[in-house]
Amino acid sequence: MAITLDQTIAHKQQSWLAEKLSSQTFWVLVAVILACIFLSFATDSFATSKNLYNITRNVTFVAIIALGMTLVIITGGIDLSVGSVLCLCSMILGVVMHAGYSIEVGIAASIATALVIGACHGLLIAYIGMPPFVVTLATLSIARSLAMVASGNTVVFQFGPDHDKLLALGGGAWFFGIANPVVYMVVLALITGFILRWTRFGRYIYAIGGNEHAAILTGVPVRQIKVAVYMISSLSAGIAGIIQTGWLGAITTNIGTGLELQVIAAAVIGGAALAGGVGTALGAIVGAALIEVIRNSLGLLGINAFWQGCFIGGAILFAVLFDRVRKFRQSE
Amino acid sequence: MAVLELTNISKHFGAIQAVNDVSFSIEAGEVVGLMGDNGAGKSTLVKMIAGNFSPSHGTMRMDGAELVLNKPVEARRHGIEIVHQDLALCDNLTAAANVFLGREIRRGVGPFRILDYASMYKRAGQIFAELKSETRPRDLVKQMSGGQRQAVAIARTRLSEAKIVLMDEPTAAISVRQVAEVLNLIRHLRDQGIAVVLISHRMPDVFDVADRVIVMRRGRKVADKRIAASSPEEVTGLITGAIEQVA
Repeated sequence: MAITLDQTIAHKQQSWLAEKLSSQTFWVLVAVILACIFLSFATDSFATSKNLYNITRNVTFVAIIALGMTLVIITGGIDLSVGSVLCLCSMILGVVMHAGYSIEVGIAASIATALVIGACHGLLIAYIGMPPFVVTLATLSIARSLAMVASGNTVVFQFGPDHDKLLALGGGAWFFGIANPVVYMVVLALITGFILRWTRFGRYIYAIGGNEHAAILTGVPVRQIKVAVYMISSLSAGIAGIIQTGWLGAITTNIGTGLELQVIAAAVIGGAALAGGVGTALGAIVGAALIEVIRNSLGLLGINAFWQGCFIGGAILFAVLFDRVRKFRQSE
Repeated sequence: MAVLELTNISKHFGAIQAVNDVSFSIEAGEVVGLMGDNGAGKSTLVKMIAGNFSPSHGTMRMDGAELVLNKPVEARRHGIEIVHQDLALCDNLTAAANVFLGREIRRGVGPFRILDYASMYKRAGQIFAELKSETRPRDLVKQMSGGQRQAVAIARTRLSEAKIVLMDEPTAAISVRQVAEVLNLIRHLRDQGIAVVLISHRMPDVFDVADRVIVMRRGRKVADKRIAASSPEEVTGLITGAIEQVA
């Protein structure tokens, strides 16, 4: 029987399953699960509720920021400032609450700081045309410096009248014994995933990363979208900062140092392409999970912590190499 | 009545006279080949019709009413669609996503509206069927042939009731077999009563598909005649300047 034009048009080249099986995110997820199974048998301490509680909670800070970073990376940009922005937002929260204001005021001040920084990034990048790498590199320096100015480079560990509320916010477990930060992470991941898949805003983010010129020609408001994306990235750093402050119960001016590299690593391991156009919310979470499982397992297996960087670096190379090999096979 | 009529259109950038006193008109369902060497002024002319530039002198009329365009979006609103030379496609998106880029179909209430994938796949599929192109709405543009990519770019012009489609070098970078596909797409547009302006360097394509050819040289219109009354030799002579001008 001849195949009609309509049948050809209705046909899809790849099935849903084949598409999932060929995604980097899927195989990283498999790696995480296999590692967890292996560790449960190889060590006595991995599959304990205390260790799992720790792992899931530790994942969240990197994962939440990786969600925002993934949006930036999909547009073809980068945000190097997130570690410093986290520090500044934590410090603003700490200083405001220490001065006797309520937790609501503290959080509002902290979020506002994040949004202002993100808006500045977006305006300089989208309207002035400065490279994202340079703009956010500058903020990497500026934000941490401002955190030192705001606190006089001291440790803040007393948060005024709402001290206990803040600690419960970050350190508590209100739902079924799941650490609060994990709940926030899951909610934020679902929101991010929804935005990317189901909204016009999400579609435009992919379009900008795929071909910015085409996006402009077809009437996509490229500049506004870029500003929004950098604001979301800073916002995610701010949210992570607030939660981390509640969990740690103290803020120093060196929290979040080098965090940007872990966050970018998580996004890239999870399948986001630095060239733009590719990335998912699930990928950000899975990438962050793989990094945390590697870190945790090295400790449990009794391997010197100095080796950590090698394993994480290896994971980055391996994940991206895997993707390259898959594409070679496709093109042949 | 002509769907588009240009009268004494000129455009200069400082001292440079890019387009000089050009007049012509296009009827509905007519394919006009616009030819000329690099720098002859055809791009500038097309960019004025597309709303990228406004003319220094002269008037444009659409269906008899004066047409003033300040932005490309306004041209689109008047039913003027452009297929860009580089096609303006996002490789990482599906064919349907590219067709609807900037004009997504959504469902929902008020500000809570989500992308309507089903409707977009369906409509894109209908357009591809109309265009007789074997292009699958759900496939990524990255995996597509040059002809299919052209079909995606042309499908965009079918979303609204386009009156004029401007095509900038649609056959410049594709294989011979795909050229035939694209010329067929142009014929389908013409059969729907759409006026097509085909900017091309390729003489065989223009003589194959166009009803009329307009030749530009150094910003001036040097020929405007029916394909049947002309020949590739004559047009080549007009483009290079070996033939000064024909009526």
